Amino acid sequence: MLHLHAHPGPPHVSVPPVDPLAADDPQAADAVGAAGGSVPAVEVHDLTVAYRRKPVLWNIDFQTPEGRLVGIVGPNGAGKTTLIKAILGLTPLASGRVEIYGKPYAAQRRLIGYVPQRESVDWEFPVTVRDVVLMGTYGRIGWVRRPGRAERATADRCLEQVAMSEFAARQIRQLSGGQQQRVFLARALAQDAMVYFMDEPFAGVDAATEEAILTLLRTLRERGKTVFVVHHDLQTVQNYFDDVVLLNLRLVASGPVAEVFTTDNLQRTYGGRLTILEQAAEAVGRGEASR
Amino acid sequence: MNAESVVPKIAAGAALLGATGGVVGAFAVLRRRSLLGDTLAHAALPGICIAHLLLATRDLWALSVGALLAGLLGVVCVTAIPKWTRTREDAALGLVLSTFFGVGVVLLSIAQQRPTGAQAGLDSFLFGEVAALRGRDVRVLAVVAAVSLAATAVFFKELKLLCFDEGFAAAQGWPTYTLDLAVMSGVALVTIVCLPVCGVVLMAAVLIFPCVTARYWSNRLGVVLLLSAVLGAAAAALGVLSDQIEAALFTASPGGLPPGPMIVLVSGLFFAASLLAAPERGLIARGVQTLRTRVEVVTDHVLREMYEFGEETGGQANIPGRQLAARVSSDPLTLRLVLALMRWRGWLEADAGGTLRLTPSGGTEAAGVTRTHRLWEIFLVSRADIAADHAHRPADELEHFLPRTLVAELEAELARTGRLPQPAAATAAGHVPPSLHAPATTEDRA
Amino acid sequence: MPPALPPALLDALLDPVTLRQVAVAATCNVSCALVGCFLVLRRISLMGDALSHAVLPGLVIALLVARDGGPAAMLVGAVGAGLATTFLTRITQEHGNVAADASLGVVYTTLFALGVVLVKRYMTDIHFDIACVYEGSLLNVAMNTTRIAGVDVPRAFFTAAPVLLAVVTVVTLLWKEWKVATFDPALAKTMGLAPTAMYYLLMTMVSVTVMTSFESIGSILVIAMLIAPGAAAQLLVDRLAPMLVVSAVLAVAATLLGAAAADAMNVSPAGAIAVAAGLLYAAAALFGPRYGVVSRLAGQTRLALRVRREDLLARLYRRREASPIGAGSPEAAAAGRVTAAEAVAICGGGWLGRRAVRQLLRRGQARQSGDTILLTDAGAAEGQRLVRSHRLWESYLVDEVGLQTDHVHDPAHEVEHFLGESIQAQIEEQIAPRLDRGRDPHGRDIPAAGGPRSDGRTGGGGT
Repeated sequence: MLHLHAHPGPPHVSVPPVDPLAADDPQAADAVGAAGGSVPAVEVHDLTVAYRRKPVLWNIDFQTPEGRLVGIVGPNGAGKTTLIKAILGLTPLASGRVEIYGKPYAAQRRLIGYVPQRESVDWEFPVTVRDVVLMGTYGRIGWVRRPGRAERATADRCLEQVAMSEFAARQIRQLSGGQQQRVFLARALAQDAMVYFMDEPFAGVDAATEEAILTLLRTLRERGKTVFVVHHDLQTVQNYFDDVVLLNLRLVASGPVAEVFTTDNLQRTYGGRLTILEQAAEAVGRGEASR
Repeated sequence: MNAESVVPKIAAGAALLGATGGVVGAFAVLRRRSLLGDTLAHAALPGICIAHLLLATRDLWALSVGALLAGLLGVVCVTAIPKWTRTREDAALGLVLSTFFGVGVVLLSIAQQRPTGAQAGLDSFLFGEVAALRGRDVRVLAVVAAVSLAATAVFFKELKLLCFDEGFAAAQGWPTYTLDLAVMSGVALVTIVCLPVCGVVLMAAVLIFPCVTARYWSNRLGVVLLLSAVLGAAAAALGVLSDQIEAALFTASPGGLPPGPMIVLVSGLFFAASLLAAPERGLIARGVQTLRTRVEVVTDHVLREMYEFGEETGGQANIPGRQLAARVSSDPLTLRLVLALMRWRGWLEADAGGTLRLTPSGGTEAAGVTRTHRLWEIFLVSRADIAADHAHRPADELEHFLPRTLVAELEAELARTGRLPQPAAATAAGHVPPSLHAPATTEDRA
Repeated sequence: MPPALPPALLDALLDPVTLRQVAVAATCNVSCALVGCFLVLRRISLMGDALSHAVLPGLVIALLVARDGGPAAMLVGAVGAGLATTFLTRITQEHGNVAADASLGVVYTTLFALGVVLVKRYMTDIHFDIACVYEGSLLNVAMNTTRIAGVDVPRAFFTAAPVLLAVVTVVTLLWKEWKVATFDPALAKTMGLAPTAMYYLLMTMVSVTVMTSFESIGSILVIAMLIAPGAAAQLLVDRLAPMLVVSAVLAVAATLLGAAAADAMNVSPAGAIAVAAGLLYAAAALFGPRYGVVSRLAGQTRLALRVRREDLLARLYRRREASPIGAGSPEAAAAGRVTAAEAVAICGGGWLGRRAVRQLLRRGQARQSGDTILLTDAGAAEGQRLVRSHRLWESYLVDEVGLQTDHVHDPAHEVEHFLGESIQAQIEEQIAPRLDRGRDPHGRDIPAAGGPRSDGRTGGGGT
């Protein structure tokens, strides 16, 4: 049986957070620390998502240890964005559960960083680059309180990391696509999360930004963060990621790139015979009963 | 004039107005410009006032021309603002509507100071004077109605294409811009002609409601247009007659029921009724559908659990009700309903002690259900890469909805690839393939 | 603004009744502007339209239930109506599959009609002029006063001021929550900042502000106050906090202008205020320093003129370069000449062309002698910079991008005007290994960055 998600995997050494940003946030360290190093950073169990009743993701199951760069790969309409949104609780689950460091998502909200697709926000909005990055700290500081000097310093530091400091006072519409993407990344950095979910950060960016994003991803990994990236470009998967999640309505395979990113698996992801699965999903969507 | 004899005529005129507004407004709604009529109507006020002030007349035609010009200027502003500035379309609509209206209010206050100024009351502009509908207005309305309905009939195909897929229509070489302009001009014309009669607020309702309501009842453009006309006419006539109806059924109230707002309320009632009760798209129908699905799913579960219980105990299919409830994951209410339905269908028998047993016909049914379930599980494991220990749940979800043809295809597919143990026997409808995880299931449930 | 007001208008504003009108209207309008900014940013301005209509039945029902119509009852009525509208619109949109604009139209017309029917039906004994709902009655508001510490304070002020205070408090306290929920609701949700609750809270605040503005400026004109200041402010500034401040200032300005004009011309004050707000928006859209239509058109014209001037300079420089004597010599200066008519034609002709030539003469980059236009030294230097920019770009396109030699002139002609010194230097550095000969793809000299090259000679080629 071809069932690869339960791979034993290489021994993952849990890296203690050496990140100065993480030191700002002892609670986050506690939440992770209490779980112990052996607990996977993300565990998705039996996750099914349905729009109305039509299933768009079937029984996704995987777990990812701490400190990995994970590419989520699959053809258009495979449910990559849906998977991220479901994990983040933005799309209701039909069934299944998601655990972040061994606890349900709602309890671990502060360990999560999110980089949505660039088109998802209004770039005409009257905020500057620094304002947007500062938004990353909002979840941490809680209701009503305003960001203070420490948060501002964090935002500036994060902008520096993506080499956007000189644009801090610009209105966000005056940026190029690549620069906008970097602002989103800086905002995610300011969230100071342990697990990041990024929706197509490489889409439509220039070569310099692509390089900058990649460097940033690797820095995050060195700090023991886990990063999930929805990715389109099959050419670069092997260079960019440690693990890969191959997705096409169902999980084809997940695990280290070397083991999972095989021609056979790719064929099953992109050219797999799914007509019956799709027909069935359609049937469920229409609510056709067999009798 | 005798009020009693006038009312039916007014109702007939209003019905004509409602039908025309419904058909023409349908295109505005389908082209996603529902509030165009609203903007036009509000923006028309300064035009009416200027015409009145300059020409010192209350002539309907003069005022209509003024209204049309001001309304069109308003529409031009609404399209120009998002194009030339960072302001979005929604804000542009609101801006133009309120500023033009403000100009109108200012001009109106000037008109009211003039000694000659017959009071062109704001009140009547806002709510119209449905009760003042006269023979001449009805004749004008009839002309507009005839023209717009004829144009709709002649250009039905083109309009359909425009509403459905503008890009495709343009690629086919249809002059979409001209068509669009024609549609919008139609909306403008109807708005201006109806405005003195129905007023600003009612105008928006006359244009929007019929189509939005009709959409619940049909997916075909022709039917939607026809229904829009009927609904618009019915709402308008009933709105006008509401005062009489009330007086006949109950006692007439001193305030009476104003016909204009009543037309809106009747339209609202039609809409609410459709929203709730329409087949397929209505909220009730969807609720019933959901309930029916749930009942079907639970029925299948009960059948399969009883079949498998029979397998486990070696043909003995007597199961205590409590034990069945433990095996079937369902809320007790639905389960009770399902069991009652199954007994009514003659699939199930229960003795006094609460022990349940399948009847022969129930047994056949249970075998069929179990068979589909297992076929699907085999497919999922062999084709969709879902692990055996996870195959149970999706199979559970899906089997209830699989069309017969799909089941047959599944069998053929599995037989061809040798996944189904005995190809010849498998295609026989009675055969139930062995469970993929029979030992596991017993352990699970132990 | 005040110094610009004629004395008569100033007098009008200082009249105690007008002053009271202005005070009440300004208080209401600032509340409207502040909540309106968020409607504009969320692109749901028309929710303001819908709420302002839908509040009517809420108020009428509140009046019917509590006959005295105290502020508390009105508040409950307004909030109830606002939440009902928001909820019903969501239901028709999400569960009824009705488009957003249509669902607004359906909900607000019904609720408004309900309000009107209730008024006509049950409130014949109470004075409740429907037209007043549309345009308000600022005068009534100003006359209905109570005396506090020797000052006549309009009663309406006792609802308007607390509402403004409430709006300011909510916006200040929930500043970052509203900001993130407006900008990126998905992020707000992942952070647990309840964007849906924030949405309903905004709608509640809008309903309450609309309710207080009802008496003073009426339900249609209040839309102007909700949308115009925010939309205008968005055209003027680039950050949220300044946008709110500017919108509040604009709301006050619109109130002052409108009230003064209404008083002077004896027209409806509410209408005049709405028109003033619309005009302020129009002014911002037309004359805004950065995003105004006029300043953008002016910028485009400036650019067009520059491109035309530079085209002529480059042409003259090429002619001089092509003369057999060589670009450096004094005689060559005479070679770079065209007739005045030709010059205008090279500059694209028409009004802009003539203007461009005149500008060149005025700047001393070209001089006129009789009917001919000649290049001055300053003009030659500029022309050289442009030709250098052009040929460098051509070389870059051929060497680095790999275009055909005969395909590179047109793109270079476009780009030459926009290549600064630093980009030129970068290009030079990149193509340096192949540039030892210092020629462009057509074989012509690439002029140096500084003064004219002494050995400037022509190559072949047709450019």
